[in-house]
Amino acid sequence: MRRITCAVNGVQREAEVEPRQLLVYFLRETLGLTGTNVGCDTSSCGACTVMVDGKTVKSCTMLAVQADGTEITTIEGLASNGELHPLQEAFRQHHGLQCGYCTPGMIMAGLGLIQDGSGMSDAEVRLGLEGNLCRCTGYQNIVTAIQEAATTLRQPADVQGGSE
Amino acid sequence: MTQVAEPEAAKQFVGGGVLRKEDPELLTGQGRFIDDITLPGMLWMSFVRTPVAHANLTRVDVSAALEMPGVVAAFSGQDLASEWAIGMPCAWPIADRVLPEEPTADPRIPDHWPVAQDKVRYSGEIVAVVVADSREHAADAIEAVEVDYEELPVVTSAEQALADGAQVLHESLGTNKVYTWGFKNGDVDRIFDEAPVVVKQRYYHPRLIPNAIEPRGVVVSPVASQGEFTIYSATQIPHILKVLMALVTGIHEAKIRVIAPDVGGGFGSKLNFYAEEAIAVAVAKRLGVPVKWIEERSEGYLATIHGRDVTQDMEVAATEEGKLLAARVKLLCDFGAYSQLVTPGIPILGAWLYHGPYHADAYGFECVGAYTNKTPTDAYRGAGRPEATYAVERIMDALALRVGKSAAEIRELNLIPRFTEAKEIASGLSFDSGDYPASFAKAKELAGYDEVRREQAERNPRVASEGKGKLLGVGISTYIEMCGLAPSQVLAALKYGAGGWDAATIRCHPTGKVTVITGTSPHGQGHVTTWSQIAADALGVTPDDVEVLHGDTAISPTGMDTYGSRSLSVGGTALYKAAEKIRAKAKRIAAHELEVSEDDLEWREGKFQVAGAPDKAKSIPEIAFSAWTAHALPADEEPGLFATAVYDPPNFTFPAGAHIAVVEVDTETGRTEIVKYVAVDDCGTIINPIIVDGQVQGGVAQGIAEALYEEAIYDDDGVLVTGNMSTYRVPSAAELPNFTLDRTVTPSSTNPMGVKGIGEAGTIAAPPAIVNAVADAVRAVGVDFIDLPVSAERVWRAIHSARGGGDGERAAPDTGTGAASMTPQASAFGDADERSEGGAQ
Repeated sequence: MRRITCAVNGVQREAEVEPRQLLVYFLRETLGLTGTNVGCDTSSCGACTVMVDGKTVKSCTMLAVQADGTEITTIEGLASNGELHPLQEAFRQHHGLQCGYCTPGMIMAGLGLIQDGSGMSDAEVRLGLEGNLCRCTGYQNIVTAIQEAATTLRQPADVQGGSE
Repeated sequence: MTQVAEPEAAKQFVGGGVLRKEDPELLTGQGRFIDDITLPGMLWMSFVRTPVAHANLTRVDVSAALEMPGVVAAFSGQDLASEWAIGMPCAWPIADRVLPEEPTADPRIPDHWPVAQDKVRYSGEIVAVVVADSREHAADAIEAVEVDYEELPVVTSAEQALADGAQVLHESLGTNKVYTWGFKNGDVDRIFDEAPVVVKQRYYHPRLIPNAIEPRGVVVSPVASQGEFTIYSATQIPHILKVLMALVTGIHEAKIRVIAPDVGGGFGSKLNFYAEEAIAVAVAKRLGVPVKWIEERSEGYLATIHGRDVTQDMEVAATEEGKLLAARVKLLCDFGAYSQLVTPGIPILGAWLYHGPYHADAYGFECVGAYTNKTPTDAYRGAGRPEATYAVERIMDALALRVGKSAAEIRELNLIPRFTEAKEIASGLSFDSGDYPASFAKAKELAGYDEVRREQAERNPRVASEGKGKLLGVGISTYIEMCGLAPSQVLAALKYGAGGWDAATIRCHPTGKVTVITGTSPHGQGHVTTWSQIAADALGVTPDDVEVLHGDTAISPTGMDTYGSRSLSVGGTALYKAAEKIRAKAKRIAAHELEVSEDDLEWREGKFQVAGAPDKAKSIPEIAFSAWTAHALPADEEPGLFATAVYDPPNFTFPAGAHIAVVEVDTETGRTEIVKYVAVDDCGTIINPIIVDGQVQGGVAQGIAEALYEEAIYDDDGVLVTGNMSTYRVPSAAELPNFTLDRTVTPSSTNPMGVKGIGEAGTIAAPPAIVNAVADAVRAVGVDFIDLPVSAERVWRAIHSARGGGDGERAAPDTGTGAASMTPQASAFGDADERSEGGAQ
């Protein structure tokens, strides 16, 4: 077993983990943060997307031991004191979810696009979401939600979501 | 007791884009999906699955696995044989039959045990179970189970299965044929013999893998001393699963509770009784502790039902001008190794729709099903109706070419004119209502149809002569679907094992709040929000005053669950009727309290108002309070304000509409880019327009995926070659366009709200719209037939073989020998790399 420490949603967490444990199961089963979901076994679906040190990562494709010393943001880290994060609110306003299983990963991926300055045209957002599969929505409302949230989140006083 | 506050003035919620009540918990990661459920003392199950598609099991030895770290128990098929009162159930056992006569043979439904006992018949079938103290230990231990397979010849297509001398999968049946089922309406054969124009083509719908983003899973928690079992399952059918689990395990039905937690999409793949669910109950019973299994994605590619895999010989007879006289179709269906819950019935769901929304005088349908060494097929979004619409809309384009009309003209000539009351059609059913010409006219307008045709007429000949460039194509799909499963007597006539009704209970609380308990089981459709809208308008409260409970058979004991676009037209109508009962009782109490006769009361602005004295009124919350105190109720009126309704629909519902796809096909790469996609759908009365649009967008995306990308391919040994999400192409946002949506509204005559259902419209309409568009484009370079999927590779091969390039597959002439002779290409690999090139704008 290996001891790792990382800041998850602004809280310092420490735990003993098996070297082979995937980061997604460390979050879900060791820390009980079950908002991040597993949808495949080939790094294809993106339902497990989280932020690690400000970058979007598929947490099924990273070992927990690799997260030692990092800052992680999961879906549970976006809303604060009962207020939805602007991107979460945009998904609600634009019906950007139906079953909700891909939604946590979709929102983290969208947040990554907004924060790393990606272009917000339809084509650019769609390409940016290439690693996140959804079977319910047909993606159109998701793209709209991300575009709209970007306009509010990219004000001059760039309000950062999560623990950054 | 304080008096209840006046409810907000009765606003109209039905028809409004109310934001979903389901969203806040799903947006913040607070959803409770099956894998989020962990219980004290819980053990993990994993399954040994045969890599071999057809073999006798000569030895299954779990002893080595029992020695592995953390392993608590392990079972072979023989070990668990005593657990099953009956085998895996098939609720729709279709037999050889020509309607309306009775069947001429017994249904050929073979024994099918949750764990194989002596023989395996498809790659992925379960041969042993391991139970351990962690997910990882269970996964490690299955490697230690020793299994000897005595391999048998493998059958991997329906044609092969029915050929003389084919290896028979089920000795007890003596044949691989499941059934031959069909009927005729009108003098169809004579019309075909005498008709001046007959067009025939063969189509093949590749096998599809549903790919709900949430894998399946089950957790069973026993109370051993009481013999009670709580089954959490990622299922679409908690109520039906409870009945079936009682039958399969012999456990008393009252001792079984099924809970569908948040379910991450189903699309038909979770509308089944699965081996893993039965095994989890048996193992929990044996060990007396909770057990959990979560499907891995590639495991699910073998373990979860597939869709489609149907060959169609479609024919139409017409006049010289292209007026449709009769339609006739023969289906050959590859059902896979066993009949799962409704496998045999899936093609039957499309049986009456092979003349589409068009007028015809006669009709013929025949379907042959076959067992093969592949995963069983069953319901996948549309279930039988996409196949029907595809065949009709493709053959109408072929008919148009034959009689020298445009694709639009041929449809306008044949569409059934507007009707508002039930109307019998060629196949013998009665459509509820429709305005098909109006939907089509609106779709043409939105697509800029005439302008696109002009540009096409100019551009395509130029591209063809230059031999390079982007060809323009227009594809039309004026579809009709049969939804709202179903009138129970009709299901009886079709030998379907369950009823088609649904139930709803309303409880009006003394505080003015309302609880709705529904028999539907939503998993993304937003029933909590839409049922709240219906109840709010019916009872004069707001959607937030309404709590909708579903998916737990201890809370909602009665229901027939969610599939086949039935929830609103059957479950929603049950709610509407329960509300009628509430208002009837409330009216009696209001009249009594206001000291007027019931006839003097009017239901207006969500209250019972005295006619002519609107300030003298009573709201339902007020009456609920009076009914709770029961201080002054009318004589022999029971206290309390609650009601239950169980509604059995008199007919199906028939949503319809027109989709038009405008595409560009690159002659160099074969890639199709969707320039515009227009969908005009008519699902009758709209409850929530935002949710309707969401269902259409999701369905169209799946339909486009079926048309352009998806294809499950088996090799000759029965091994699934496209065995995971990196080789089976579920398209991302990058591969799909924006959609232009609009609607016409023709209320259904089947139910009081006039609703029809919208969940499957997209998967039904989109495939032929796309394939017709691609076929329309490549016709300019000599390709006269192309079939599903129109992937870049298949289009490229068709273009080059038409040019005499030689290495593509021969494009079939009009006599339609095309599809079956085209062996499915391993196309999923061909364009895997081009995924990153950016997609459709």
